[in-house]
Amino acid sequence: MTHASPANPSALEIRGLVKRFDRPAVDGLDLDVRAGEFYALLGPNGAGKTTTLRMVAGLLRPDAGTIRVAGIDALADPVAAKRVMAWISDEPMIYDKLTPYEYLEFVAGLWAVEPAVAQARTIALLEWLGLAPNAHERCEGFSKGMRQKVALAGALIHEPRVIILDEPLTGLDAGSARQVKSVLRERVEAGGTVIMTTHILEVAERMADRIGVIAHGRLIAEGTLEELRLAAGKTADGGWRGGATLEDAFLALVAEQAQAA
Amino acid sequence: MIGQAGTAVWFAQHEARLVWRDWLSMITAGRRERLRRVAVAIVIFVAFMHAVANWTVGRYADTIVDEPLLVGISASILLSWLLMVSQAMESITRAFYSRSDLDLILASPVAASRVFAVRVATIALGMALMALPLAAPFINVLALRGGWHWLGGYGLILAMGVTATALAVTLTVALFRLIGAKRTRLVAQVVAAVIGAAFVIGLQVAAILSYGTISRAAVLQSDAVMAHAPGLDSLLWWPARAALGEVSPLIGVMAASTLLLAGAIALVAPRFGDYAIAAAGVGAARVAQARRGPGFRKTSPRRALRHKEWVLLRRDPWLVSQTLMQMLYLIPPAVLLWRSFDDGNGAYALLVPVLVMAAGQLAGGLAWLAISGEDAPDLVASAPVPERYIVRAKIEAVIGVIALVFAPLLLVLAVASPWHAAVASGGIVAAAAAATMIQLWFRSQAKRSQFRRRQVSSRFATFTEAFSSIGWAATAAVAAANLWLAVAPGLVALAVVAGARFMAPRAA
Repeated sequence: MTHASPANPSALEIRGLVKRFDRPAVDGLDLDVRAGEFYALLGPNGAGKTTTLRMVAGLLRPDAGTIRVAGIDALADPVAAKRVMAWISDEPMIYDKLTPYEYLEFVAGLWAVEPAVAQARTIALLEWLGLAPNAHERCEGFSKGMRQKVALAGALIHEPRVIILDEPLTGLDAGSARQVKSVLRERVEAGGTVIMTTHILEVAERMADRIGVIAHGRLIAEGTLEELRLAAGKTADGGWRGGATLEDAFLALVAEQAQAA
Repeated sequence: MIGQAGTAVWFAQHEARLVWRDWLSMITAGRRERLRRVAVAIVIFVAFMHAVANWTVGRYADTIVDEPLLVGISASILLSWLLMVSQAMESITRAFYSRSDLDLILASPVAASRVFAVRVATIALGMALMALPLAAPFINVLALRGGWHWLGGYGLILAMGVTATALAVTLTVALFRLIGAKRTRLVAQVVAAVIGAAFVIGLQVAAILSYGTISRAAVLQSDAVMAHAPGLDSLLWWPARAALGEVSPLIGVMAASTLLLAGAIALVAPRFGDYAIAAAGVGAARVAQARRGPGFRKTSPRRALRHKEWVLLRRDPWLVSQTLMQMLYLIPPAVLLWRSFDDGNGAYALLVPVLVMAAGQLAGGLAWLAISGEDAPDLVASAPVPERYIVRAKIEAVIGVIALVFAPLLLVLAVASPWHAAVASGGIVAAAAAATMIQLWFRSQAKRSQFRRRQVSSRFATFTEAFSSIGWAATAAVAAANLWLAVAPGLVALAVVAGARFMAPRAA
């Protein structure tokens, strides 16, 4: 299930990350994601998941801390870090007035992908995601699922080593969601790293190699599904509450944290 | 006091609250502590405008009413009224097509016609309020020096806003019925732009053809117009006489305008909901795009960014209508250029400021759209491209379009008078650069489809940008005659730009 081994280089390494708005959003966060891993970040609303990932993607400057993406210091050399990374937000980042074909040409240009390679990948991606019939229509008339698929194709066109997704399945129908999930799974099998936040616990449960739980801007628990269930199953006096689903585990962990705070 | 839920009064209160908060957040750029700075700026502006008014019209306070005066006032009223119609059409179109809260209202069990009646009335009031910063100082000065009857001007402005809105709503609904919801949006914008521009341009072309000067007043004072003007007691003079403070024309004009708007609303309001629903379907329409060239082109990130800006600018209907208006404004100078090409009577000097002004305005519009209208800021920000490239690509895209528009005119001018062409080029670059920078400082990113919201939030930028363009146009005009004398207006123009920098919200 997991590709974890000490020899594996780190895909993402966060140390002491801090970001304050009017209150601390991320509060001394440490996080490690190994290369070739599917990592899911869970947490209640406002826990700091999106803020953390936006800082990793170079969309927000942290107040303190370090971020290394595939060994590159993302704060010292953001351009080099961005070169190996793709960011997908819950609001598809596409242009209404461009067609998917034109959009992919633009994104390939931003990441300086060879034109011939980019074109071949564009045709393959559009075909694969079922967008080929709409390849030359402007995106303004597309449904949410189609828009998200266009954005996903944009993220894959430059074959990033690390893909970061913020709630990628929000508002998708079952068919589109399955397609997106299988695309991500394939990326991981090909050796890529996927880091995503999600509210859908079932997705984390089914797809993630490891799961991190964030609350109040800190990592409060981390591990495989099994490890999280074990951790949440233990009562305070060392007893055993009994078999828990991820939902039980998640709610127990968050409640514990709230009590401690 | 809250009105009974669901009534027109209740909606009016709701609208008023939204408008007020919108305005407040616009002028304070979302920060309360800026309020004092803004208040100081407003006081300075008001005082300055009163001084200008006192200096220009103060001595006319006790003037005697005759036909040339009535012609002059009527022409000014007609001109400002056409601008109001143009603005009102934009607002009405927006009221139908913006989706912000329409879905909520249309889904509620409240009569949609009531909501729209309130919105149309709000727009009418807004048109009048918009004219106040410019008109009020003149009215106040005249009232102070000539007597209270001059305050009738306020009533006239209200009547103008109301009639302009009545005409705009009728025109827009007529477009809906004639060409359908899909095309109305663009056509209404183009019509609005053309109405706004047509009167000025028509007068200027007439003036140029008859006198060879570019002042719009010339043709109005001509004998031909005077001979055809009706007698002093004609109803046609009522608006002008209302502006002069005569009581019965004022009451007549205000009553007629109110009736007109009420009639327009009563006529079209019952179907407002249908139009809005029809407009809602437009967004979902799919547009097929002709596929160009077989393959991807070799490109660099910078070139890809620039190319994207050009494609998006070309596909923006609002921009197309705006550029069209700018082009229309260039017709009079082009006519002037053509007329004086062979007689060489030194009219080129008049061309220089017109070209510079137009360049500044066009650059401002383009830059605002390119810089603020970024649909996918996160995508561009997460690309492996240094941040300065992103902004630079946008500026390059804007300057490329400006060059494309103005190069032919400058080329013709250069054949006729290289010196004037050189000064005009310098002025165009300065005005375009200043306008682009102002837009940069006031940028507030939002999706292109929400273009109107952005325009409201950057109205201050629009004003500064206009002042800057005027400043550069004046500088170029003086420089065409004497380079050294241009230092003073040049400094003023720079001061406007510096003032914009001072007022701009600091980058977060």
